Amino acid sequence: MSKQSWLLIIIILLLALLPLSESRFYIFLGTDILIMGLFAMSLNLLLGYTGLVSFGQAAYFGIGAYTCALLMKKASLAFPIAFAAAPVSGAIAALIIGFFCIRLTKIYFSMLTLAFSQIVWAVVFKWNSLTGGDTGLIGINFPEYLDSSARFYYFTLGVVVLSLFIIRKMVDSPFGRILTTIRENPERTEFIGIDVRFFQLLAFMISGFFAAISGALFGIFNHSLFPDLLYWPMSAEVLIMAILGGMYNFFGPLVGAAVILYLRMLVTSYTQYWPLIMGTILALLLFFFPGGILGFLRSLRPSNRGGR
Amino acid sequence: MNLPDPSFLVIQSLSGLTYAMFLFLIASGLSLIFGILRVLNFAHGSFYMVGAYLTYQFVSYFINSPAHFWWAVLFAPVSIAIIGGIIERLFLSRLYVREELNQLLFTYALVLILGDFAKIIWGTGQLSIPRPVILKGAVKILDQYFPEYNIFIIFLGLGIALLFWLVLNRTRWGRIIRAAALDREMLGSLGVNVRWLFTLVFSIGAWLAGLGGALVAPIAAIVPGMDVEIIINVFIVVVIGGLGSFWGTLLGALVLGQVISFGILVLPRLAIVFIYVLMAVVLITRPWGLLGKPSPR
Repeated sequence: MSKQSWLLIIIILLLALLPLSESRFYIFLGTDILIMGLFAMSLNLLLGYTGLVSFGQAAYFGIGAYTCALLMKKASLAFPIAFAAAPVSGAIAALIIGFFCIRLTKIYFSMLTLAFSQIVWAVVFKWNSLTGGDTGLIGINFPEYLDSSARFYYFTLGVVVLSLFIIRKMVDSPFGRILTTIRENPERTEFIGIDVRFFQLLAFMISGFFAAISGALFGIFNHSLFPDLLYWPMSAEVLIMAILGGMYNFFGPLVGAAVILYLRMLVTSYTQYWPLIMGTILALLLFFFPGGILGFLRSLRPSNRGGR
Repeated sequence: MNLPDPSFLVIQSLSGLTYAMFLFLIASGLSLIFGILRVLNFAHGSFYMVGAYLTYQFVSYFINSPAHFWWAVLFAPVSIAIIGGIIERLFLSRLYVREELNQLLFTYALVLILGDFAKIIWGTGQLSIPRPVILKGAVKILDQYFPEYNIFIIFLGLGIALLFWLVLNRTRWGRIIRAAALDREMLGSLGVNVRWLFTLVFSIGAWLAGLGGALVAPIAAIVPGMDVEIIINVFIVVVIGGLGSFWGTLLGALVLGQVISFGILVLPRLAIVFIYVLMAVVLITRPWGLLGKPSPR
């Protein structure tokens, strides 16, 4: 096994030991980081691997969250079924929305993803009878067997590790290579006979699939849902997580999520002006560490090959 | 079903027109910046909001002068223009060599920073200023009353649109700006200082947003969050009309103003959904907007 895989196994084991600390604070933070980390990783499939700047990722996160919660609350379905339905609805929504979005490039692509996510937000916001509208959907309960913060942490850890394993396999496969080729040069990729739009759409759909999983976890974790979850600043926040960690590193978005959530926890206990801190971090990052945290660390290594 | 009262329809469309003028002021600044600098400025809504807060500040400062509001309308947008120019010069200009995403994210960082600065300075409560004395009244239209101030906004907005068009199309400076939108390298080799031109354009764009904020201050609640709310509507305007297109921006603002004004009455639930659907439909069918031109790149 390579050095990297050993490191990974050690990290996963350490994460599995976290609940032994018996600190509700760290278990809570750990769960939050894993969920948002998966969300940021789902976005990065588009952003870092395919070169598509989606500004509407919150839509699939929200769709996953509301699908799972509504099926449990309104349709009284069992948790495993509701939870499994979330990624399916996320993927279907992404397939429909992506079908239109991938026809556009650059800023127009970003604008259309934004427009669609705002449509989803507006529907959730206004459909009071179904989603509770502005007052949100409250009282989403854990299933009994997950009803402790440690248990839910393990469940989240399992889901996230499995998801990341699948994403890793995908980006390392020929499929993943095609995506990075598209990112580097869509025209040339087209010339060598690859259907660029088809693969972009596929990436869009897979991205929506995993975003919806993270959303479903988020809803249950918080016991409640609000339309703000789908509003555009949420899409911006997850974009920042991915870029902060490093969008050209597999684990970059997860690291970005961890750093932002940990800092937020620290900062908000002193001051309410977290956005000011986050904005400053983002600006500093853009000027001094354009490769994100992992990009920066990699550039420090002597064996650095300068690759992405 | 009883037919709506005609005077009511007139008043409603005039309110829509008033809102459209604010949208136009802000969106034309955004569109100008995008047309020349190729930067989509997320912070444009923040310039608008800080413009409104500064207007409040200047009104309090000049409170003893009978023309306090007008002093504020003069000074607040100019302050925003200076702040914008400094931001462009010190920070944004260093990011032009990078990918578009970097510039976009920097302007988003500004949204976060300016939003919190406003909260720190002016608090989270709702501020308001009175309408200027000479425009306190209302005009009778058919058998309904419409505020004089709103009529003033409509004419001022149209006046600024006209002035803006004249400067862009009939003056030497306008020619240089239009040339910069087409080919900045060529313009630079012709001896125009493109770096300063970019700063100037960014300042003018910021000034327009600040002016929107100053003019909205007497008829809106000045609150945190008005930045995030307006920027999305402004994006819709420029997308509908066409990013970088002057007439498109005006058309987009007029359309969105009416849709919001009537949509909220007819279908309050669906109006908000409808405006985003409109944005998506225009992007899908004509990504360059109703009056924009397809980008050669």
